[in-house]
Amino acid sequence: MNKFSYIGKSVKRKDALLKVEGLSKYADDYVFEDMLYAAAVRSPKPRIKILNISDAKAKKISGYVTLVTHKDIGGVKQWPIVINDYPFLCADETKFEGETIALVVAKTLRAARKAAKLVEIKYKELPFLTDPLKSLEKKSLKIYGSDNIFSKFIIKKGNAKDAMKKADIAVKDEFSTNYQVHGYLETQCAIAVPEPGGLMTVHSSTQCPFYVHDAVAAVLGIGYNKVKIVQAVTGGGFGGKEDVPALVASHAAVCAVKTNRPVKLVYDRKEDFMSMSKRHPSWSSVSYGAKKDGKITSCIIKYVLDGGAYSTLSPIVLWRGAVHAAGPYKIDNILIEAYAVATNKAPSGAFRGFGQPQISFAQESLIDDLSEKLSIDPIDLRLKNIIGPGAKTATGQKIEASCGLKEALLAVRKNSDWNKKIKAKKFSGEKARGIGISAVYYGVGLGAKGKFLDRAGAYVNIFRDASVGINVGNTEMGQGALTVLSQIAAETLNAPYENIRVQEVDTSKVSDSGPTVASRTTLMSGNAIIEAAKPLRNRIFTMAKSMLLKKGAESSAIMNAYQGVFSMGGKKVSFKEVIAECWARRLKMGEQGWHIAPNTTFNDKDGQGDIYSVYSYNANIAEIEIDKETGVIKPIKMSCAYDVGKIVNPVLAEGQAEGGILQGMSWALYENLVYKNGKMLNPNFTDYVLANTNDKPEYDIIFIEKLYERGPYKAKGMGEVPLIGMAGAIANAVKNACGIRVKKIPILPEDVWLGLKNKRKAK
Amino acid sequence: MKMKKNKFNKIFSLKCIVNGEKIERDIDSSLTLLGFLRNDLNLKGTKEGCGDGECGACMALVSGKAVNSCIMMAVQAHGKSVITIEGLKDKNKLHHIKKSFIDEGAVQCGFCTPGMIISAQALLKTKPKANIKDIKEALSGNICRCTGYEKIIGAVKKCAKG
Ligand code: FES
Ligand code: FES
Repeated sequence: MNKFSYIGKSVKRKDALLKVEGLSKYADDYVFEDMLYAAAVRSPKPRIKILNISDAKAKKISGYVTLVTHKDIGGVKQWPIVINDYPFLCADETKFEGETIALVVAKTLRAARKAAKLVEIKYKELPFLTDPLKSLEKKSLKIYGSDNIFSKFIIKKGNAKDAMKKADIAVKDEFSTNYQVHGYLETQCAIAVPEPGGLMTVHSSTQCPFYVHDAVAAVLGIGYNKVKIVQAVTGGGFGGKEDVPALVASHAAVCAVKTNRPVKLVYDRKEDFMSMSKRHPSWSSVSYGAKKDGKITSCIIKYVLDGGAYSTLSPIVLWRGAVHAAGPYKIDNILIEAYAVATNKAPSGAFRGFGQPQISFAQESLIDDLSEKLSIDPIDLRLKNIIGPGAKTATGQKIEASCGLKEALLAVRKNSDWNKKIKAKKFSGEKARGIGISAVYYGVGLGAKGKFLDRAGAYVNIFRDASVGINVGNTEMGQGALTVLSQIAAETLNAPYENIRVQEVDTSKVSDSGPTVASRTTLMSGNAIIEAAKPLRNRIFTMAKSMLLKKGAESSAIMNAYQGVFSMGGKKVSFKEVIAECWARRLKMGEQGWHIAPNTTFNDKDGQGDIYSVYSYNANIAEIEIDKETGVIKPIKMSCAYDVGKIVNPVLAEGQAEGGILQGMSWALYENLVYKNGKMLNPNFTDYVLANTNDKPEYDIIFIEKLYERGPYKAKGMGEVPLIGMAGAIANAVKNACGIRVKKIPILPEDVWLGLKNKRKAK
Repeated sequence: MKMKKNKFNKIFSLKCIVNGEKIERDIDSSLTLLGFLRNDLNLKGTKEGCGDGECGACMALVSGKAVNSCIMMAVQAHGKSVITIEGLKDKNKLHHIKKSFIDEGAVQCGFCTPGMIISAQALLKTKPKANIKDIKEALSGNICRCTGYEKIIGAVKKCAKG
C-alpha cells in the first residue's frame, strides 16, 4: 500500500464541532441530582503544627453540611505515587502555604467556599526552607529525610574532570530558572458520585485517569473493581493534570463517601496556583571543554531542581532532565549530578518537557558561549558535535536510524537566512535585532525509569451498522489524540474516518494504559489500536476479497483499499457492505490490543543504558528585537524544525508546535511567579502574565519525517518537543542582539536594561 | 434598575433576553452574569477560567458588546439582550466564525474557544474588514494556552471581508 487514506492528512478534529458550539462537557459542566460542593481549607503559612481545627463559625453558614478531615479517610492516609510522602489530608503538620488541611461540604459552591474561610485553624508556626541550595547544605534544617533530597542521579561516562583539564577551551557558568504555572484554562475539577454497593465513579479533568483510579481506590480502601474514573472533556493539561487530579478526585471521593451524595470539587484560579504542581525552578552549573577545532570533549553538570514540599513526580522529572542534560551531542567524557530537593513551597511536578527545558536553556546558552570563544558559528559548532545515527548519547545509547537533527539544523539555518542575520549589524536606532539557535533531543515515552508503566491497551468494536467504537487508556486534553487515533484506526481497518469514534477514557473499559504524558499517546495507544485492529483487518479484507470475487472481479487482480472502499478489477464493495456480511456470518468484530514499549535499561551506578526506545529531534531559531531604552524584548519570528517521525495530521502537528513554542516563549520572557518568605505573591493572571495575541511571533514550522519503524505508521512522539528549546534559542538571540548573556529565566526587561547599563558603565 | 447597592442576598427581579428568549427571574443581586448563565440558565458553554476578568473564557455578548461575564453582575444585564456561544448561529446553520475555527484547526482543548468566538463576533460586527492588527488587539484579552494563537487569528481573518 503506498497511498494512505487518512495518515498524513489534515482531517478535521473529531471534537471541534461540540467545542465551537459550547456543548462539550467539561467536568464543571456536569450536575448531578442532590449534588453537594466541597471547598478546601488551606494552610495559611508555609509550615505549621496544627493544634486544633474548629468549624464552629463555619457551621453558621446556611447550606453548611460537614467538615471532612484526615479522620474521615477510610483507606490509606498517604497518596501512593512515586515516594509516598504526601498525605491526602494533613494530620498535624503542613509543609507549604495552601496545602489542604480539611474540606468543607455544603449545598452550594458559594456556601462551601464561604464556610471554608470560616474554619478556624489553631496552629504554631514552624521554621521553614525556601531556597533549594540552602536545603542541600549539610547544616540546614531538615524537612525531608536526613538530607532534604528526594532523589539523586549520576550519569558518568569516561573521565570528565580529566578531559576538562586537558581541553583547549573550557567554558563554565551558572544558570537558574523560575517556576512555570501550567495555566491550563480549565482549573482542576472532579465530581465523585457514590453508587450503591460501595462503588465510586469519579468524573475528572485529567490526563491520567489510571493515576486517579489508583488514588481513589487507595483513599477509600476499596477494590479497584469498585472504582470507575471517567475523563471529562479536559481543558488543557500540559503535565498539570498528570498527578494532581488524583489528589483533587480523592478529596471529592472522601467527601462523597462521608455524605453519601455526589460531591463536586472545583478549584478557583487562586487555589489552583497556590496548591497545584508547576514546572520546577532550577539551578545549574554547567561546563563544557573542547578542542580548538570545536570538538567537544567534556561536559560537567550539577543540576538542582526545587521539588517543593512533597516529592510527587520530582524523581522522574529529575531523571529525564538528568539523562538529557548534556544536550544532543557526542561527548566522550560526561559527569552529571542531579538532585531534586525539598523546600516549603507548593510541590513542583510534571510540565511539558519534564525537567528538560530548564537544563536545555542552561546548556544551550553555554554552547553558544563556547562557540564565541572558539570563533565558530553556533550552528557549525552544533553540526560538528550533534548525535546522528550510530552515535552514542550521554548514557551510551546508540542512536537509531530515525534521527533528523542534522537536517533540522540545516533547515532552520536556511529558512531563517541565518548566515546573513547572525553577522548583521544589530542596532538601528533604539532597536536591536538578534538571532539565536538551540538544538534538542527528546526520548519518547517513559523510558527506563517508567518502563513498568509503558504499556497501553485498546478495544476496537465494530458495530453492525459499520460504525466503530474504540476505547483507549490515553486521553484527549486538547492535543488531538481522539483525531489522530481515529485516523490510525480508520487507516488500519479501511473504515471511513467518519465511522470512527474514540471515546473519552473510562477506566472500567480498558486496562491500565499508563499516563498520557511523555508524548507517548500516538505511539502507545496508536500501536495498541493497530494490534487490536489487525485481526479485524484480516477478517474484513478476506471478506471484501471474497465478495469482490463473487461480483466477478478477476482473481489475478490486486485489491485496493481506500477511504472505506475496496476495489478490485473494476468491482467495488464498501466497508459498510463488508461489515454487514461479516456480521451475517457471525465473525468476531471486537478485539483487544495491547502494546508494550521495547525494553530499556538504566544503570543506577553510572547512569548508562539504552534508556529510551526512540528519540525525537528539533532545532529552533528565535529572532527577537530589543528596545535599548526599556529592555523590552519583542519576539519576531520562530523557525522550528522537528523530526517526530511520520506526521499523522499536519494541521494538528502544526498546532502542537505553535502552542509549544508560545508556551516556551512565554516562560522565557514573561511568566514570573514570585514567592516571598514561603508566600506566593501573584497567584492570578493579573500579576502572573501569560503570552497573549499581541506577543505572538511569526512561526515557520518545518517537519523532517525520519520514519520510525516501530511507530504506528512510523510516527514517534511530538507533544512536548516544541517547548523544550525555546528559552535557549531566545537567550542566545538576546545575546546576539545586545551582547548581554542573561543567565536566568524569565529574561525580563530589567535584566536586559541592567545589562546594557552595566555595559555602558564598563566602557 | 430597582437595586441601588449590590448587597449580599438582596433579591432582584431580572428581566432580559438571552439568546433571543425572554427571561424573568428573581435572582440574588450579588450573582455574576457568568453564574447566572451557567447555573440558573444551564448555559454551560460560557466558561470560567479565572473569575477575575483576565482570561476571556467567560465572554458573552451583552447588547452586542463582548463582556467578561465573570466580573459583570447579572443585574447589569437587566433590560438587555445577551447572546452566549450557544445562541450564536447563522439562521439555523453553523455560525460562520465557528465553522472557520473548525476548518482552520483553531480548536485544541476548546476551553478558550467560546470566549474567542464571542470576541471575534463582536469585532467583526463593528469592523467587518478587520485586519490582523485589529484581530490581535480584539483578542488580546482572551488567553489561549494551547494553540499559540496562529490558527485562531487565521480563522478570524478568514471571516473578515477584504
Ligand atoms: S473567567 Fe472571566 S475573564 Fe477569566
Ligand atoms: S484551545 Fe485550549 S486554551 Fe485555547
